[in-house]
Amino acid sequence: MFARRKPGFPSGFAEQGVAHEPACHALRPCATDADPGKRKLNIPIDYAASSYLAQTSQAAFKNHELPASLRTSSKTKRMNLFQAINDALATILETDEKACIFGEDVAFGGVFRCTMGLTERFGSERVFNTPLTEQGIIGFAIGMSAQGHTALPEIQFADYLFPSFDQLHNEASKMRYRTASAKAFNSGHFVVRMPTGAVGHGALYHSQSPEGFFAGTQGLRVIIPRGPIQAKGLLIAAARGPDPVVFMEPKLLYRAAVEEVPVGEYELPIDTAEVLQRGKHITLVSWGAMVYVCEVAARAAKERLGVDVEVIDLRAIRPWDKATVKDSVDKTGRCVVVHEASRTGGIGEGIAAEIQERSFLKLEAPVQRVTGWDVHVPLIFENFMIPDVASKFP
Amino acid sequence: MLSRTLRSARWAAPLRVTANSYATARRTVTTDAASAHAEKSAVPAEDDKQFTVSLSPESFENYKIDGPSTELSVSKNELKEMYLNMVTIRRMEMAADKLYKEKKIRGFCHLSTGQEAVAVGIERAITPEDQVITAYRCHGFALMRGASVKSIIGELLGRRDGIAFGKGGSMHMFCKGFYGGNGIVGAQVPVGAGIGFAMKYMGRKNTTFALYGDGASNQGQVFEAYNMAKLWDIPVIFACENNKYGMGTAANRSSALTEYYKRGQYIPGLKVNGMDVLAVKQASAWAKEYTTSGAGPMVMEFVTYRYGGHSMSDPGTTYRTREEVQRMRSTQDPIQGLKQKILDWGIVSEEDIKALEKQAKQMVDKEVKEAEEAPFPESSPGNLFEDIYVPGSEPDFMKGRTLEETHYYSKKA
Ligand SMILES: Cc1ncc(C[n+]2csc(CCOP(=O)(O)OP(=O)(O)O)c2C)c(N)n1
Ligand SMILES: [Mg+2]
Repeated sequence: MFARRKPGFPSGFAEQGVAHEPACHALRPCATDADPGKRKLNIPIDYAASSYLAQTSQAAFKNHELPASLRTSSKTKRMNLFQAINDALATILETDEKACIFGEDVAFGGVFRCTMGLTERFGSERVFNTPLTEQGIIGFAIGMSAQGHTALPEIQFADYLFPSFDQLHNEASKMRYRTASAKAFNSGHFVVRMPTGAVGHGALYHSQSPEGFFAGTQGLRVIIPRGPIQAKGLLIAAARGPDPVVFMEPKLLYRAAVEEVPVGEYELPIDTAEVLQRGKHITLVSWGAMVYVCEVAARAAKERLGVDVEVIDLRAIRPWDKATVKDSVDKTGRCVVVHEASRTGGIGEGIAAEIQERSFLKLEAPVQRVTGWDVHVPLIFENFMIPDVASKFP
Repeated sequence: MLSRTLRSARWAAPLRVTANSYATARRTVTTDAASAHAEKSAVPAEDDKQFTVSLSPESFENYKIDGPSTELSVSKNELKEMYLNMVTIRRMEMAADKLYKEKKIRGFCHLSTGQEAVAVGIERAITPEDQVITAYRCHGFALMRGASVKSIIGELLGRRDGIAFGKGGSMHMFCKGFYGGNGIVGAQVPVGAGIGFAMKYMGRKNTTFALYGDGASNQGQVFEAYNMAKLWDIPVIFACENNKYGMGTAANRSSALTEYYKRGQYIPGLKVNGMDVLAVKQASAWAKEYTTSGAGPMVMEFVTYRYGGHSMSDPGTTYRTREEVQRMRSTQDPIQGLKQKILDWGIVSEEDIKALEKQAKQMVDKEVKEAEEAPFPESSPGNLFEDIYVPGSEPDFMKGRTLEETHYYSKKA
């Protein structure tokens, strides 16, 4: 099992037919009768122009969540999402000798290259392939973590999570509660990473966004980063944290989202939302790949309607930062929650209900949701399935 | 070559089953596709008359059973048909490959080039009333079960004429007696046990082939299915297509015991030369007989090889050598193997072979063209929301991305 493997898939394998077309999904007209004027809004997302990604070093260090020491002294490096995740994993392995990465084909770099070069660097005792056994992988990780290891299992696609769902929902999440916080049983230092979301042609089993299934799981943290800087800081913090974490990486962004990432180690808070842009008329709450669609919609709203949009990146999906969202909605009086997962059973349901309860008297309109359809992800209609700019346009 | 690699992994076997084992001296299954033998003089003049072919003594390995005879009865017609079937599958897979490279097919696409003898041999051993379920490498099986090339290629192209209306793509194909086409590795195996149970419950003399890969064989569900099937003596054949790799991971790097046919432990097993369509047919017929006799399930292992990468985005040459692939292609090819035999036995002439190949090519080309010309489905809510529930049983409406996109079923789209 620990024998050194032949490294390196060429880039083609890593792509698995994904991620090279930036936001192709935002291109297509939506399936319903959005008026043609609105449809014109669905142009491809230009990530290089996004203000939600640090296009320069200065922009990167404007982030006040970064530790002051880093902001004054450190350099940045241009990275895409998978490179930043790779950087974070390397940092974790470097600073924590009990940290191990394992999963299907991770020793070769993984389908999306996130673990590229780590076996060579840290040895096959610490970065190793597992058989095809999702339930086994997660149970195994829980056992390691209980022994004080830092377990970093990978599930190859979020769609394959379900065989391991019992281990996450019933075992990992309840470990502390059912052992009466017995000190001998660690349940943190445990991050299961998985690529999530649609890319345009993944179809029924490779494009789902299953974060909503964790809505009823207490004790787990669910995190979805929107870009390289965030992914690195959140992943390092998650691995060092005391709770089990599900870390879902929007696969559309692996190559598309590129920014200047601080060199060296840093953590970002895994329990708060981040306000991406301030506005006074309406609050958009989103996460992952959808925040860029929100950005374009917000710009269009400003230009066409003079509407000033506040955009919040939730990033911590479970538990989520109710205070930040409430403060914003109390100010704007309007809120739209945007996510890629189906409407029913999506995280937006809980957020909408919570806002209604907390900010009812401040609301000028019912909380709206723009989500995926309540339909399995069909191959030929995948591009229509995803919220686009027009569908968010007021 | 293949067998040698498997053998070298045997040291890792944690258990040696000896009790109740009928297995005699350890033999290795050959992957020679042209290892059968027949006397030219014994070949009858009539196309539909049966005659005897002797398979290589290295065609099978048995576990806790006596296993099939190496004497196989076939007719000339049947041999020609097997040849035509294998050539058709390969043509179809090549067409898919081309369409993919032209970017007309998108997303995941797994080809079975090199593994044609398994789909064809099994089909020759069963009837339309028997059942087959497999994973995502399913185009050949779908074709053998009766799906048209047009409906298969149309599915890959995302057309309404596709076998799943273009909604499933490469991994999801279903037709009578064929339960797909499944994307979650291992999930189809217990489903197969359930299908088999229904056969038994209904008193039907039919069996179910539940196919999976060497990689999939490590999923817990597979072992859960074994246990249920033996506990209730279900007529199901757990058939592992061992093509040596699960994605980039070699069998001996994923499996503690690579003798997949012994993995049922308490279920008899049969390892088969999966490159020889005749051996596949003989073994499958025997397994059908065994499982429908009331004796319960069987585990089979077809030793085979995929020529291409795991899927279209894997060149398939980083975790194995080009020489290995080339050697399998040039010396163990199931199509070349059968061709050589039927030529040697005087069953066909070179011209007959050309005619069969032309027939396959013309059929595939015609249907691929039709599939390409078929329209894309209309992107209407009606198409999007159909088949989530049975018509008439749906809720009044289902939701779209926004409130305005709510789909009312009664308001026919
Ligand atoms: C539950 C699950 N885990 C992982 C995958 C990704 N995956 C698809 S095929 C495959 C390899 C399977 O290998 P094998 O069973 O040997 O079948 P082969 O591809 O060789 O036909 C993997 C890891 C999946 N589809 N489902
Ligand atoms: Mg395999």
